[in-house]
Amino acid sequence: MRVTVDGDKCQGHNRCYALAPELFDVDDYGYAHELHDGAVPAGLEDKARLAAANCPEFAITVEEEA
Amino acid sequence: MTGHHAPVTDWATDFDHADPVWAAEAPRIWDELRSSCPIAHSERYGGVWLPTRHEDVAAVAYDTEHFTSRSVVVTEGRPLIPAPQGIAPPISSDPPFHHEARRLLLPAFSPKAVAALEPFTRAYCEGLLDAAAGNAVIDGATDYAQHIPVRIIAEMLGFPPEDADQFRLFVHNTLESVDLPVEKRMENFGLLDAYLSAQIRDHMANPRDDLTTFLLQAEMDGRPLNPEHIRGSIVLLLIAGIDTTWSAIGASLWHLAAHPEHRQRLVDEPDLLPTAVEELLRFYAPVTMARLVKDDVEFQGCPMKAEEWVLLPFPSANRDPEVFDRADEVVLDRAENRHAAFGLGIHRCVGSNLARMELRVALEVWLARVPVFELADPDAVTWSGGQVRGPRTLPIRVG
Repeated sequence: MRVTVDGDKCQGHNRCYALAPELFDVDDYGYAHELHDGAVPAGLEDKARLAAANCPEFAITVEEEA
Repeated sequence: MTGHHAPVTDWATDFDHADPVWAAEAPRIWDELRSSCPIAHSERYGGVWLPTRHEDVAAVAYDTEHFTSRSVVVTEGRPLIPAPQGIAPPISSDPPFHHEARRLLLPAFSPKAVAALEPFTRAYCEGLLDAAAGNAVIDGATDYAQHIPVRIIAEMLGFPPEDADQFRLFVHNTLESVDLPVEKRMENFGLLDAYLSAQIRDHMANPRDDLTTFLLQAEMDGRPLNPEHIRGSIVLLLIAGIDTTWSAIGASLWHLAAHPEHRQRLVDEPDLLPTAVEELLRFYAPVTMARLVKDDVEFQGCPMKAEEWVLLPFPSANRDPEVFDRADEVVLDRAENRHAAFGLGIHRCVGSNLARMELRVALEVWLARVPVFELADPDAVTWSGGQVRGPRTLPIRVG
C-alpha cells in the first residue's frame, strides 16, 4: 500500500499527522507530507485509510495495490 | 444577546444572524433551510446570502476568484481597508498577498509549537478548577471555558493576563454586536485601537520573545510589514482565538452535561477523547465565516450582487446528511470525520492546532477532576448570536 499527500490540496489541518504519525509528518508551517516515500508498512493499512478518510480537503490518496 | 434589528419573520428571505432566535436555535434553522431552500437571502446588512449545504459552503470557500475575504464579519458597513490585504490579515486577505502573510504566522501555530504550550494550558485549567473547588454549581462558560483561550493568547502575544476582561469586551464588540449602526461600531473599535497602540508602543520600547514583537520585526518580500498589517494581524490573533475556542469548550461541556451516557463513556474510555473531540467539533462547530461578492455573479442559480455578503455556516455544512451518516447525532467514536469546523481551503483556521489542544486539555482536566456533572438549570443556558455560537451562561451542578 502507498499513500500520497497532494501538496496543492493540503491546507494544514493536520488530521493525518494526528492519526498516523508513523506515515505522515508536517513541516514548520504545519503542511503534511508522507514518510518513507509513501510506503505503508505492514500492519498500518487501517491507519492509512483512516488518515485519508479524515482529511477535510481530500488531499490524501491511498493506493491499495502498490 | 443583541437584537437591534426587527425580529425575523421568515428565515429563507429575511434572516438575521443577530436575531435572538438564531442565537437560541441556529441548528434548527440551518436544518430547515438545508432541506427546503437551501440558499437563503436577506436584504439586511446591505444584502447577505446563506448557503446551508456542505457542497455550497465548500464551493464558496474554495472560490477566491468570485468571493473576497476583505472582511469576514457581516455587519452594516463595509471594510475600509481594500483587498488584497483587508482589515485583519491573513484572514481578510486574498491571494497572492494572503499566502506570504499566512506563512508568517503558521510556524507559531504548528502542531509541534502548540505541543509545547500544553503543560501551561493544563496547569491553567487545573488552577481554574482549584479556584472553583467546593462550589456546588460551576458556570462552565464564565468560570471555566471563557478564561482558557484568553490566557493562552495573552501569553503568546505578550499582553498582560489581567487585561482579560478587556479582551472579552473587544471580542463582544467585534463579533457579537454585529447589528449596531456603523458609527457605534467605530466608537467601540476605538477602545481596541487605543489598547493596541499602547501595547505596540510598549513592545517597541521593550522587545521580547512574543508574537507582537515578532510581527513588529517581521518582513514580507524584504520589507517590514506596514502598520495596518501589524495591527490587523494582532487584532486577528487576539479576537479570533478567544470566543471561538471558548464556545467549543462550552458547547462540549453542555453536551456532556446533558448526555450522561456520553459523559460516562469518556470518563471510562479517556483514550476515546481525541476522536470525540473531532465529533464535538463537527456537531458544535462554533464558527460561521463570511465573504463579500467581488463582482455580480450567479451562484447555484442565485443572482449574487457585488458587495453582498455570503455567510459560510461551517456548522451547517457539518450537519449535512448528504455528507455525514447520522449527521444529526453526536457519535462519539465516529471514525471517518471530514468535518469543516476550521474551514476549508486557503483560509483554514491558522489556530486550529491550538484550538484542538485547548479543547482536548480542557475536557481532559474537567473529566478527571469533575467526572459527575449535569446541567443545573437547562433553561438558564444562553447562547451567543452572530457568527460564533456557543454557551455564554452554563450553570453546571458538580459532584
